[in-house]
Amino acid sequence: MTYIAKPKFQHPGLKKNDLGYTHRDYEGKVSTLCAGCGHDSITASIIEACYELSIEPHRVAKISGIGCSSKTPDYFLGNSHGFNSVHGRMPSVLTGANLANRDLIYLGVSGDGDSASIGFGQFAHSIRRGVNMTYIVENNGVYGLTKGQFSATADRGSKSKKGVTNTDNAIDLVAIALQLGATFVARSFSGDKTQLVPLIAAAIRHKGASFIDVISPCIAFNNHAGSTKSFDYVREHNDAVNRLDVLVGRDPIAVDYAPGTVQVVEQHDGSKLALRKLDADYDPHDRLGAQTFLARHAAKGQIVTGLLYVDPDAEDLHEHLNTVETPLNTLEADTLCPGSAALDKFNASLR
Amino acid sequence: MKPTDIAAPDYFHKVVDCQWACPAHTPVPEYIRLIAQGRYSDAYMINWKSNVFPGILGRTCDRPCEPACRRGRVEETPVAICRLKRVAADFKDDITQRLPRPAAKNGKRIALVGGGPASLTVARDLAPLGYHCTVFDADPQAGGMMRSQIPKFRLPNSVIDEETGYVLGLGVEFKGGHRIDSMKALLAEKYDAIFVGSGAPRGRELDIPGRKEAAANIHIGIEWLANVSFGHVEKIGKRVIVLGGGNTAMDCCRTARRLGGESVKVVVRSGFEEMKASPWEKEDAIHEDIPILNYMVPVAFKHVAGKLIGVTFQQVKAEYDAKGRRNLVPSGEPDQTIPCDDVLVAVGQENAFPWIEQDCGIEFDKWHMPKVDQKTFVSTNPKVFFGGDAAFGPKNIIWAVAHGHDAAMSIHRLLSGEDINERPLPDVQVSSQKMGIHEWSYDNDISNDKRYKVPHRDKVVALKDIRAEVELGYDVKLALGEAHRCLNCDVQTVFSTSLCIECDACADICPMDCITFTNNGEEDDLRTRLKAPSPHPDQDLYVSSDLKTGRVMVKDEDVCLHCGLCAERCPTGAWDMQKYLIEMTHAGSSCPTKSRSAA
Repeated sequence: MTYIAKPKFQHPGLKKNDLGYTHRDYEGKVSTLCAGCGHDSITASIIEACYELSIEPHRVAKISGIGCSSKTPDYFLGNSHGFNSVHGRMPSVLTGANLANRDLIYLGVSGDGDSASIGFGQFAHSIRRGVNMTYIVENNGVYGLTKGQFSATADRGSKSKKGVTNTDNAIDLVAIALQLGATFVARSFSGDKTQLVPLIAAAIRHKGASFIDVISPCIAFNNHAGSTKSFDYVREHNDAVNRLDVLVGRDPIAVDYAPGTVQVVEQHDGSKLALRKLDADYDPHDRLGAQTFLARHAAKGQIVTGLLYVDPDAEDLHEHLNTVETPLNTLEADTLCPGSAALDKFNASLR
Repeated sequence: MKPTDIAAPDYFHKVVDCQWACPAHTPVPEYIRLIAQGRYSDAYMINWKSNVFPGILGRTCDRPCEPACRRGRVEETPVAICRLKRVAADFKDDITQRLPRPAAKNGKRIALVGGGPASLTVARDLAPLGYHCTVFDADPQAGGMMRSQIPKFRLPNSVIDEETGYVLGLGVEFKGGHRIDSMKALLAEKYDAIFVGSGAPRGRELDIPGRKEAAANIHIGIEWLANVSFGHVEKIGKRVIVLGGGNTAMDCCRTARRLGGESVKVVVRSGFEEMKASPWEKEDAIHEDIPILNYMVPVAFKHVAGKLIGVTFQQVKAEYDAKGRRNLVPSGEPDQTIPCDDVLVAVGQENAFPWIEQDCGIEFDKWHMPKVDQKTFVSTNPKVFFGGDAAFGPKNIIWAVAHGHDAAMSIHRLLSGEDINERPLPDVQVSSQKMGIHEWSYDNDISNDKRYKVPHRDKVVALKDIRAEVELGYDVKLALGEAHRCLNCDVQTVFSTSLCIECDACADICPMDCITFTNNGEEDDLRTRLKAPSPHPDQDLYVSSDLKTGRVMVKDEDVCLHCGLCAERCPTGAWDMQKYLIEMTHAGSSCPTKSRSAA
């Protein structure tokens, strides 16, 4: 880690967003992770996405569990709300917070240990309930804090730094998320910000459960030959199905591509995603097709990245529960507890 | 773009903007670090070696380094480099033991005409090599314009005595009060080489009506300043007009304030902004209640019965032609007469060589300036060299020093039987500053402090005594604060392509968004694709060779803080912080004689 604070000086020509902020205004404290950690690149991508979307930092709640990845919310959005929860319990805390105040933007940051092992159940239920959130897993395939044991997402047959081969089957969180009904599913790579930043921005704008699995090489314990989560391996086996090039508001898209190569996806809030197809046959609206595609490529050792599935008309938990538009935490006591007369009336309706 | 060749001595030299901008190429960050460590004598010696007059320059330098300082591109004001130099001089211990010993004479004799900074630099470089140097000056003491023209409230005699003394103490012969009247006679004395460092001793005249009639109260600025310096002039009228907008004009008006001038005005032809005087000198004058009136051209001296009563000015305005050249045209407003008792004319200086005869083998150009080689400073007479203001017209002390070094090198090579056109390469050292995983041998924690003001003597007290130095200099605490503002631009970011795994850690941590990983392209195109805008094309791009993904690393050197965070966050050591120290070759350096590519 670095012991000095990042200097306050910034490039005099930095561009400002609609709120008058530069990307430096979205930073947090200086990272204490190992030098070169992929997680730091994801941090930088989240900063960039929030800057580009002109998000007011105080409108964001960043929630995490335990692990290297779960430390990172300290390194971005220093002026946002945050909650560092118990190991694996980020999804539950996030769900609760979301229920209490539906107006905030929820950013769940977790790792492969936090989400695929101790919090696997929590992960599953928050996805299947359709909590309106952006769930980012910083996936390095090892337990970095405890010196590099295989995690549940480590591929069968991959080798540890000491040369031990992993004999367990891997959990593919993207496949699980698809199966559990996530309405925005993507995979990306910490070493490819041009792909990752628009995906995070699109996920934040998506209403419903957005899940992004980001392969993030562990520089200390999982960046060697034989690893399937190293910089070199991911770069060699990366099979991007599409590139999300622009994310625009309600303005018409002006991107000049050959006809048929760009697919425009309009989301619930009117924002549009311009997807440049890299695999002509891939359809990001086909959940079943995505699952098959994923399984077939995983068998060949390929890592499928890009926007894998999106349901632009998704509903979220609040719609399922038919809650009021006003965030519950701002309702007055007499509204939340209307008194015994109202209770009697309600009970009578059930008789 | 092609990968940057960091082995070329000039590449990293340009990154050290201050050193690159300094005519003598003094290693500024190196001595500022020593000041921060309290090693004032070491800091002084680095300066002494490079610019010969640290105490004098620390008070009077024109500071070309400061506008170049990278800090000025990052925040409002550059590091107070000049005043830190003075700190080294003020707080050093006795350094006489560190000076070169007078050497055994090698039998070669050099005559130096004029005892100013150029000649003394030549003598400083050559005397330790065994040359018998004789300096001639019309004034009784050494120092030239530093002693005669710079007022004592800016530069006390004690500082001049000390630093000229260090040079003369090297076994240099000084013949004060000895004006050289004939080059021919000097050549006849069979010196092995002659150096002319006689300055630009003549103040420019202002020939307008009334000049002759009112002559008793119209004084040429530099002559008047010299007369004040040597005690020949002790007072001036109550109402004084100073004509001219250069640093001499600023010295004149401030001196006049101290000799009885109660209402002193500076009047300039140009606009206030375009004045030649350094901004800080204008500030100091204004601080002493001296108004500066601009866009006024003097047209006549008003006089009654041989006595000056005022100056009449035509009012003008600036107009720019299609080529952007400025013309001053009458504004149409009526002429204005400002009453006064005395006028000081400081409208420029000229060279004058009435003592150089036509048949000395020294050719002059149509402006009556000697034909002097820009690199070797030799005239058309192979034994006669020129430097300082005498070579290319009025500049300033630090240029005179730089000329002196180069001329001394030429003289040494000439008298050693070598080609004077071949110049030895500078000595360059590049060394890693890594001490531990996150430890560097320099202070990489960037200070956010604003520029510290130099304490001044109380104005009432200062104006009463012409010898009371106005600037008091930084104390140790202020100096430390100011020294910490230096960005250590000589500690370079050095990139090894083969070690890079393209993890982006450096690009993510860089506080100034200097680093971009992208596809290569032509420079103009590449500059548009960087993480942050690139407004200064004169600042180089550091481009790597192709990385594994086919991209390249591009670093815009422009606003790099040299904080070393890229190197701290690099997992493979592809970035390293390496101190680049370039020492310009002076006479007697034993470097291989290879021609330099530039600078």
